[in-house]
This record gives sequence, C-alpha cells and structure tokens, in this order.
Amino acid sequence: MTRSERCLLNGDEAVAQAAIDSGVALGTGYPGTPSTEILERFNELGGKAQWAPNEKVALEVALGAAYAGGRALVTMKHVGLNVAADPLFTAAYTGVTGALVVVSADDPGMASSQNEQDNRRYAVAAGIPMLEPADSQEAYDLTAEAIAISERWHIPVLMRMTTRVCHSQTIVQRRALPRPAAPPSWQRDIQGRVMIPAYARPAHGRLRRKLAEIAAWGEQSALHRELPGDDALGIITSGVAFMHVREAAPKARVLKLALTYPLPTDAIRRFVDSVQRCVVIEEGDPYLHESIRAAGAEVTGKPEMYRFGELNVARVRRILAGDTTPEAPPPRGKPPQLCSACPHRVTFAALSKLGCIVSGDIGCYTLGVLPPFEAMDTCVCMGASLGVGLGLRHVLPPDQARRVVSVIGDSTFVHSGITGLAEMVYNPPSTGHVVLILDNGTTAMTGLQEHPGTGRTLGHEATGKIVFEDLARSLGIPRVHTIDPATDPAGLERTLTECLASGDLCVIIARRPCILAAGHIKQYERQATAGSRGEGCKTEVTP
Amino acid sequence: MSSQVVNVVFAGLGGQGVLKASNILAQVAFASGKAVKKSELHGMSQRGGSVSSDVRFGEEVFSPMVPDGDADYLVVLTLEEVENNRRHLRREGVLVTPEAIAVDNLPHPRSLNIALLGVLSKHLPFSREAWLTAIRASLPEKVHEINVKAFDMGRSGQPTSADSPAMRG
Ligand SMILES: Cc1ncc(C[n+]2csc(CCOP(=O)(O)OP(=O)(O)O)c2C)c(N)n1
Ligand code: SF4
Repeated sequence: MTRSERCLLNGDEAVAQAAIDSGVALGTGYPGTPSTEILERFNELGGKAQWAPNEKVALEVALGAAYAGGRALVTMKHVGLNVAADPLFTAAYTGVTGALVVVSADDPGMASSQNEQDNRRYAVAAGIPMLEPADSQEAYDLTAEAIAISERWHIPVLMRMTTRVCHSQTIVQRRALPRPAAPPSWQRDIQGRVMIPAYARPAHGRLRRKLAEIAAWGEQSALHRELPGDDALGIITSGVAFMHVREAAPKARVLKLALTYPLPTDAIRRFVDSVQRCVVIEEGDPYLHESIRAAGAEVTGKPEMYRFGELNVARVRRILAGDTTPEAPPPRGKPPQLCSACPHRVTFAALSKLGCIVSGDIGCYTLGVLPPFEAMDTCVCMGASLGVGLGLRHVLPPDQARRVVSVIGDSTFVHSGITGLAEMVYNPPSTGHVVLILDNGTTAMTGLQEHPGTGRTLGHEATGKIVFEDLARSLGIPRVHTIDPATDPAGLERTLTECLASGDLCVIIARRPCILAAGHIKQYERQATAGSRGEGCKTEVTP
Repeated sequence: MSSQVVNVVFAGLGGQGVLKASNILAQVAFASGKAVKKSELHGMSQRGGSVSSDVRFGEEVFSPMVPDGDADYLVVLTLEEVENNRRHLRREGVLVTPEAIAVDNLPHPRSLNIALLGVLSKHLPFSREAWLTAIRASLPEKVHEINVKAFDMGRSGQPTSADSPAMRG
C-alpha cells in the first residue's frame, strides 16, 4: 500500500495504521471489545504487539517503553482503565521521555460490557490531555496528534474512542507521518521518575503547568473545527455525536471539539456568544455540558434520559427539539447463547444440579446465568469471582457457605484471579473454598485471543506458559484437580461434590478447548512443532 | 439524509455471515468511488445472538448508523429476524430474505449471505465484476467458486415474492 492510498478502515484499524506509520515501538494491552482489533491489526501490519496479563501491567510496560524514549501505545476497553488507573494517575506526574498513547474504548449502550462508564472523567481526574475521534480518519490523524502532544509535553495522552468509532468502517487517507526523532536510549532523571513525596510534589506542579500550556495551545489549534451555519442554533459536540449532528441539524453552526481535555474555553465562549441558542450534544455523561457551564458559558445540555445508551440521528433530533416523551424501546433481538457444543455447558449443568451458590466472573461462561442453567449468582468485574466467593464464605451460615463456588475463565484467572488465590490461602474461610477454573485454552469472549496460560503470544507463536496446576500447588492449595468436562462429565460432578464436602481449599481446572478455538489451537501446535523443533518451548494444550 | 445516500441494513444471527456480507457491500461501494460508512455491533455475537450491520454510501455520508425508517434495503439472513428489524426499512424499501432464492439449491448452506448479496445486487448500480472482485478479496480462495455460484444464483434469479412490491415495506 502506498502512503497516499485511501482505505476503508474501522477506527481500531485506523489507530493501528497510524501507529505503524508513526513508528510506534511497542503496542500492548489486554483484549476488550471494542478495542481488541487495534493490537491485532498492529501485529498484522508488522508492529511489535503484545497481550499483557491485564491492563495495569500493559500500561506499566508501555510506560517503561515511553520512559526509554520509545513511542508506546496501550489499548483497552473502558473498564480496563479502572484496572490501569493506578499507574495512570502517577504516570501523569512523572511524564514520559518518548510518547505514551493510552486508548480507552468506551461502550455507551453496553453492546458488550458490564457498564457504560464515561472515561472522559479519567482525563480530568488524572490530568492528562484527551482526544476524541469522530471517525476512522480522525482516529488516524488524532493518533499521530496524540503522539505529537505526548512528545512535546512529555505527558501521557488519552485517546478516548467509543464503540461506533472503533467498529465503523470509514474512509482513511494515509499520509507521511513524522517518524521518531531519535532511537530509544536511557536518560537518568531520578527526580522526574521516582515518585517519593519530595519529588512528587514538584512533579504535580509541573503537571499543572503542562496542562495550562496545552490548554493555551488548544485554544489556537486547528484540531477544533467550526462549521458555518445559521446563527439561530449553535451546537458544541465531539466524537461520533458530531456525525449525527451534521445529519440531524444540517443548518446549525457547529463547534466540533477534538481535544476535549483541557477544553478550549475561550474559543467555546466566543462560539456560544456568536449564536442565539447553544446546545451541547454529547454521548454519555454531561461532561462537556458541565465543564462549559463551569467556564461560565450559557449552554443547554441534554435531558437526563439521553445519558443512557448511544446517541443516533433520531435522538439528536429529539434533544434539539427538547422532546422528553418516552422512546419506543428497540425490539429485543435474540440474546447470545453458549455455543451448542460449548464445554462450559457441562460445567454449568453440574453447578446447577448441585445447587451451588456461584460467584461468577466475566467471559463467555457468564452466559451460564441464562436458562436452562441459571447457574450464576454474582458477576461484577474481571477477577471478582474469587474475592466475592470468599466474602460469601466468611459470612454465610455454614450450610450455605459450603455451597459457594468461585467460577472463573482461564484468561480472567490470569488477568486478576491469581491475587484472589493468594487471598484464599492467606485468609481461608472456615468451610474451605472451591475455585473452578474454566480453561478453554483461549480468551473466547473477545474473539479468541491468547494469554499467558495458553503459552502462545498475540501472534500465536510459542512462548512461556503458566501451568495453573503448578501455580495453585506452589501457593499451597492442598487439593488441585484437572478434569475434561467433555469426556468426563460424571467425574466433574463427583470431584465438585467431594471438594465441596472436604472443607479444604480446592482448585478444579475444567480443561477443554473452546470449540471455536480448537481447530486454530491444533494448527498453531502443528506450526510450532514444524517451525521451532528443538527450541524446547512447551506448546501443547493438554486436554 | 439527502436522497443521494443509499442505506442498507443487514441482519441475522451470529455465525451467518452478516458482517461478511456488509463488508463486501462496503468494499464494492468504496471501490466504485463512493463515500461509504459501515457500522456494526458485535462482540458477543459469535454465539447465535442477533447481529446487524449498516452500510451507507453516496456523495457524502455523516452518521455511520442508518436511522430507523430510512433503510432502502433490508437484507435478513433468517426469517426469524425479520420482525426485529422491520423498523429499519422505509415505506418503499425492499426486503430481501432467504425466500428470494431456492435455498435448497445453494451450492453450500454457508453461502446464503453471498447469494442474498446477489439478490441485492440487482437493485444497486455496481457491475457483476465489481462484486466478484470484492467477494474474492474477502473470502479464502478455496470457497471462491462456491460463492461466485451462490452470488450468480441470487443475481440471476427471477424477482420472487420476497423482492416484489407486494412484499415491500
Ligand atoms: C477489565 C476488563 N478487561 C477486559 C474485559 C473484556 N473481557 C470480558 S471477559 C474477558 C475474558 C474472557 O476470557 P476467559 O476468562 O478465558 O473466558 P471465555 O470467554 O474464554 O469463556 C475479557 C477480555 C472486561 N470485561 N474487563
Ligand atoms: S465461543 Fe467457545 S467458549 Fe464461547 S460459547 Fe462458544 S464454545 Fe463456548
């Protein structure tokens, strides 16, 4: 593909393309819809792309790469930034030597998420600049802009995307993007990088000065677009809402913001003064509305009912008309189900039959909550099955406590279940506990990604592998069992029954590949034995 | 939206090739120099749940989503999803369903999506060659022949009840 070629890309692919064209040294992240395709595409295009065990580690790895002077990209879904928030907030203080671009893919409407939190609040809370693309071209251009801002002010930059930007294909015109000025090289900066209180206090001051400079620059920047129109109505908007606005109100004057933290408040006030009525159209929380009001400009926001779900052209028309009559609920389509031959089915049948209280977790297996199983009682966030299960055991009366099982997928276990096992060993409930790891050899929920328990890299090549049985035993867990639920459903039920009755700490690994992944896994294994004979890497997935 | 823009909604169940079909249409429109946007919601869709995808093309396209009641064409890969999705179609819009073809004669059951693209293609201003180029570019080589056959079956079929005015809207 030549540099100037136009291509049809979704927002994720556009970010990856811009990362390649900008010479990003490392892309890391943890899968999560709708962000997953960024690193997959970055890898396909020849970039160095890696899945980390979770978002916190991913952000830390990217931060190290940026301390080293490289350009680093880290990607995650919105809830992933909760996991990565700890390093994020202090990385804002330390700043970076190279570039650090943090992509948060939000999911207004919860097409595939457990909440619809609005991560624009994170930019404000952490104090890092934020860019919001409206389509794939902007995803491409703003990735380059994020790198430029990050390098100029030595600060991490948040690229806040949403499902409709990530998963809509629109036309992208590539161009020659600036390449890194110098290769990575270590520069010692103890006071800038070691956040003991004595060094962190001045670092906070530096951060606020940087943000003030960026705000002043943003006022003048060509990032914000003003579309001419009739003075009767002005609209301030950002992200994909801009596209709905152009269609719903073609005559309005529009101020379209791209740098949404820090906001160009002078430019906004001038715009508001230049129109008779000014409405803020934004998806999710009233973030722009509140900020603009706080800056002293008279603008109208949306009625509370439009905080929920995505916007679209019809809803923007309703907001502009002040229409708060109830909306017709969209017809409910068919909900997703576990595939008919899914190995998770056997497990949930057993849990249901044994009347377990199931502290659940997030993955395909969360669908075990639906009929006919209805075998899940809690599901909050990744990894919570362990802690919540233990808490239940500590407080419930013994006859109930003995029925509690924590059920967690293999990718989720590596993501945030291992610390839960540490908690179990350290603070064991008096009735013991049973942890059921559903090891289907993949991260199925998000489209079959590898993780440290599969022993293959993002690009499906053999690498180090965490063996769950060894890990559990090394933590001192007395009962560790491995069962294939597909070939031995009776064994699974028997083991579960025994473990529940034992009063011990137990880990049961139900190991059987996801049926959608099984064929791929065989192929990767064949490739590994053909290609890397003698390298000593263990790649087999034991059934 | 201006009358220049053509709106197509594809719908079906996860695993039926809804997104593949919408990708191919988007590619055909893109290759013919149109402005084009394609939108989809997926993520939990690999397990048989409802899936839909919007394709819009013309001189200038803004929102990536087809507003309800604005679809010129609604292509539904399974009859059980028709009612869920009927709200997309405009009054004079054309509904394309598996009833438009002799499903039993498909060269392979999985080529239904491509056969229905063939049916849709009769209404759109793109050449057979343009469609075949996009189909070949989107599918592995070993299934090219089957899918070209399926496409031609849809494209050559006599208009049947499913895309006749009686079934419109
Ligand atoms: C913090 C966070 N990161 C990412 C996700 C997206 N996500 C949901 S479940 C899941 C992993 C599922 O894999 P696994 O536990 O192996 O279960 P499977 O789907 O294979 O059954 C991911 C990545 C999320 N919900 N929260
Ligand atoms: S994709 Fe895999 S893990 Fe998910 S429901 Fe289907 S078989 Fe089960």
